[in-house]
Amino acid sequence: MASKNLKVFSDPLITDNPITKQVLGICSALAVTVKVDTALVMTAALTFVLVFSNIIISLLRNLIPTKVRIIVFLTVIASLVILADQILKAYLFDISKQLSVFVGLIITNCIVMGRAEAFATQNGVKDSALDGLGNSFGYGVILILVAMFREILGSGTFLGFNVIPQAAYNAGYENMGLMLLAPGAFIVLGLIIWVQRTITGYTEE
Amino acid sequence: MHSNAYTYKFIIILTGIAALLLSLASTGLKDKQDFNREIDTKKNILKAVGIFDKKMKSTEVEDLFNKNITEKFVTKEGVETSDKTQLQVFIFGNGELPKGYILPISGKGLWSTVNGFLALEPDLNTIKGITFYEHGETPGLGGEIDKDWFTSNFKGKTIFEEGKLVSVKIAKGQLQKPNPHEVDGISGATLTTQGLNEFILEDLQKYINFLKG
Repeated sequence: MASKNLKVFSDPLITDNPITKQVLGICSALAVTVKVDTALVMTAALTFVLVFSNIIISLLRNLIPTKVRIIVFLTVIASLVILADQILKAYLFDISKQLSVFVGLIITNCIVMGRAEAFATQNGVKDSALDGLGNSFGYGVILILVAMFREILGSGTFLGFNVIPQAAYNAGYENMGLMLLAPGAFIVLGLIIWVQRTITGYTEE
Repeated sequence: MHSNAYTYKFIIILTGIAALLLSLASTGLKDKQDFNREIDTKKNILKAVGIFDKKMKSTEVEDLFNKNITEKFVTKEGVETSDKTQLQVFIFGNGELPKGYILPISGKGLWSTVNGFLALEPDLNTIKGITFYEHGETPGLGGEIDKDWFTSNFKGKTIFEEGKLVSVKIAKGQLQKPNPHEVDGISGATLTTQGLNEFILEDLQKYINFLKG
């Protein structure tokens, strides 16, 4: 892989992460991170939507009438989201129930629209696909990180398996209820953003 | 700059393709989704009587349901009938005597139609369990109605007071003192629970003759 291609893929993973750097897609990052398995499925759904929307929009980039481009993006994204939702309902029914409206809300996830407008309309198909993959993984890494903290601290489990030994509970350890609620996600996400920006030295203008 | 005619043409073709793809996907996956929904309904009936375990696979759900639950129909007068357009009742138990009765309940929450099941003990007065499923209420607020912490409060409440149907009400906020016909509310979900209060009562009224039977 040429180094330019690699950069398109790897930048959004850490240095240009859609959540921690651009602070996009926060709504779902808060909502689906109570458990790791929902975060994983959400990441898969977003990857599917983002990669294909980037590919389709990049393919059509010279055909899309500029005047109505936002509507065209929305049509493509909404169709993909409905498709993802239908597939989840058919094959992962229980998880799709837990994700409830949030799969549908990928339509309004700023990352998808943002990448379509900022990247896919100006770049080739291969780069756009890589950009979509990179951004989804960047989103997924943060989502799973937040979910890991929340599930372990809040429920004492990881992917449904107990990780806190019973001895700890007997000694008076308690699960942190706050982690199951939205404020817990805000706190964890805030800390992750803080740590990352301290390391990279990035500041908002 | 593209001409208006081009823009219209582009949009029509695009929406045509999108519509075609989605309807194909929807019809193609329908059987599987319907099956999932059916299992989910059975799961919720089993959950209402408290014999469902989260780890069960769909075949086990099917088995357990067939062994323990029988579907019956009763008329408004409370008489058993084979007419499937009448009121639906599920009977829980695999022996001679029923161990409980399950009534389907449904009605409007705040944003959506909420479906659920209300299970009664054989005395047809004490609540054995309740479940809500298939709703579109706000997650974290009205959506909490399907959580165990909320539904478990219904257990042991009664729906009759001296022979009069009073149903069970969801209070606004925490209960001040214990009440056999009221459960703790959900903060931020007042309108959803008001809807629930209304349709639980309405649905129970439909079954009044059966319940007094």
